[in-house]
Amino acid sequence: MQVILAQALLGLNVGVFYAMLSLGLAVIFGLLNIINFAHGAMYMLGAFVALIGYSYLEQWFGISLQIGFWGSLIVAPLVVGLLGILIERTMLKRLADLDHIYGLLLTFGITLILQGLFANYFNVSGTPYPGQPEVLGGVLNLGFMFFPTYRMFAIVFSLVVCFATWYVIEHTRLGSRLRAGVENPQLTQAFGLNVPLMVTLTFGFGAALAGLAGVLAAPIYSVSPLMGADLIIVVFAVVVIGGMGSIMGAILSGLALGLVEGLTKVFYPPAANTVIFFLMVLVLLFRPAGLFGKEK
Amino acid sequence: MLKNWKTGLTTVAAAAAVSLPMTASAELSDEVLKIGVLSDMSGVYKTLEGPGAVVAAEMAVEDFGGSIMGTPIEIVSADHQNKADIAASTAREWIDDDQVDMLTALDNSSVALAVQGLAEERKVITMNTGAGTTALTEEQCTPYGIHYVYDTHALPVGTATAMVKNGGEKWFFLTADYAFGHSLRDNTGAVVKELGGEVVGSIEHPLSTNDFSSYLLQAQSSGAEVIGLANAGQDTVNAIKQANQFQIVQGGQKLAGMLVFITDVHSMGLDIAQGLQFTTAFVWNQDEEALEWSNRFYERHGAMPTMVQAGVYSAVSNYLKAVDEVGTDDSDAVRAKLGEMELNDFFVKNGKIAPNGSMLHDMFLVEVKSPDESDSEWDLLEVVSRIPAEQAYITMEETKCGLVNK
Repeated sequence: MQVILAQALLGLNVGVFYAMLSLGLAVIFGLLNIINFAHGAMYMLGAFVALIGYSYLEQWFGISLQIGFWGSLIVAPLVVGLLGILIERTMLKRLADLDHIYGLLLTFGITLILQGLFANYFNVSGTPYPGQPEVLGGVLNLGFMFFPTYRMFAIVFSLVVCFATWYVIEHTRLGSRLRAGVENPQLTQAFGLNVPLMVTLTFGFGAALAGLAGVLAAPIYSVSPLMGADLIIVVFAVVVIGGMGSIMGAILSGLALGLVEGLTKVFYPPAANTVIFFLMVLVLLFRPAGLFGKEK
Repeated sequence: MLKNWKTGLTTVAAAAAVSLPMTASAELSDEVLKIGVLSDMSGVYKTLEGPGAVVAAEMAVEDFGGSIMGTPIEIVSADHQNKADIAASTAREWIDDDQVDMLTALDNSSVALAVQGLAEERKVITMNTGAGTTALTEEQCTPYGIHYVYDTHALPVGTATAMVKNGGEKWFFLTADYAFGHSLRDNTGAVVKELGGEVVGSIEHPLSTNDFSSYLLQAQSSGAEVIGLANAGQDTVNAIKQANQFQIVQGGQKLAGMLVFITDVHSMGLDIAQGLQFTTAFVWNQDEEALEWSNRFYERHGAMPTMVQAGVYSAVSNYLKAVDEVGTDDSDAVRAKLGEMELNDFFVKNGKIAPNGSMLHDMFLVEVKSPDESDSEWDLLEVVSRIPAEQAYITMEETKCGLVNK
């Protein structure tokens, strides 16, 4: 029992990253109808902003400034969010009227460029992020296992961010305007709301969420140019299982699939990477719109 | 006509430029002795071999005097991008059009096998310093292929032997779930059992696993004394990093890396990697001679040499020595000479190139220092013990290479 509990907690740890990333994807898809393949690259970028802010500012730019972990939690999402806005304004916007596949190809290309750029300067095997705060070091005794304090922080922090996002979109005025803008852009615009601006900001917000997940991941995993590429395919599967465009679906299926993967690692490790895709096949066969999605 | 005239002029100029006796130069096949460094210049193995290997090769040529028997020596280099087809077409162009006489570096096993096969058809010597696979000197051995620095037998077997002898008898493996990981695990496991140790468990994890914590916890509770990492690159780095988060080494278990390079340790940092043990062919500060060369290398390259880069220098120097001694660049003669020579320089002591192409030499079991023990940025490794060549490498009795008469 203790083993299962311990592994479940580790699964949850993976799950919160799935949840945060699939949430960003779901927001962007749900509100903008863009299949954002660059989401993994945004996650990678978030981790690199944290790493560069901590270790390389002086060496590269001659600025004697060090951005610590807490600072990165704010700076990295801002930087990544702004880049997202730039990409939306200058490139994705032009593809808005075309088929989804064009947006997918464009964002895939952006991913390859970003990965290539970072692989040129950083070790592909990964560089550890040295800036984990002292307070979050060490391990917690949970009775059934010793759990690294930082991982516990990452779980709690991500859950708060996920549910706050859900709440804003589903239960506030701002959220209802956003949803209205998606449902019927012309009518919403006629009411005096600036729909293109909302679209841009939403894309920026989705990218910022990925950047934030990247910062949170940096102290746990190595910061590597391919860290996003390894994850993004799984995250797409999570979104498909949850239901494209469903906010709560993305969060819940992210967490649940993290748990499933965690337990697979105990019972049959070689299947750990495939179990999610197996579930995706089942879901597509029996509920093509996803567990939480609505048939259109 | 014009071309002939130009070639003739270059020959005259080249001959005039060096005031060595011109008699022997007739023995070389053309007016330049070319050595090709074919490496990953932009990807995963860049820091390991890449541009540093070119620096090492250039140093070898300069130290040799820049010319041989009155003929200038030239280094050419290219990026194989870790693609066997690109590597093969570059090698083909080098050999057929540019008359390259010897190929070195060739990191990445698929590149290595492709180029070694091609070079065999054209009778060109390859001195592989970067790839790991034992197939180069076993199933796919060739009369001209030399495997110079390490292989996937020497590293894990060396580590396992030394660790079991030092008391680490119970092993648990984290195995990357593909042919390479399985062969690392099987090679190591066999040695552990042979020496009276025990393999208490093994987990096969998918390639490019992000989160090892689940596997590490299983390894932790298995009662093993040593956790063997039968994987490489990012997987190894991630596993070590997360073992540190769960304080596994502090809990008394040892981590054994099957394929770790000094550059991995450098990028992980001592805080995380300390206590890790693995096998290497060379440590830059292992003795005075190595230190002296490595400092020269550092001045030009900005980083201390990996075993692979140091190996390129040694391979190129010994190739030139052999050419000089036999007085021709004919591959059969040079390869025969290399097989007779006893190799001695800062990189290798009493090395022998066996008939299957494997360069048999002692290896070192090293342990990553703690931050307190380290004096400088690159002072990372402590030599624990020396592993004799006959323990580390596949012997001529065991080899599956068809070129060896048993």
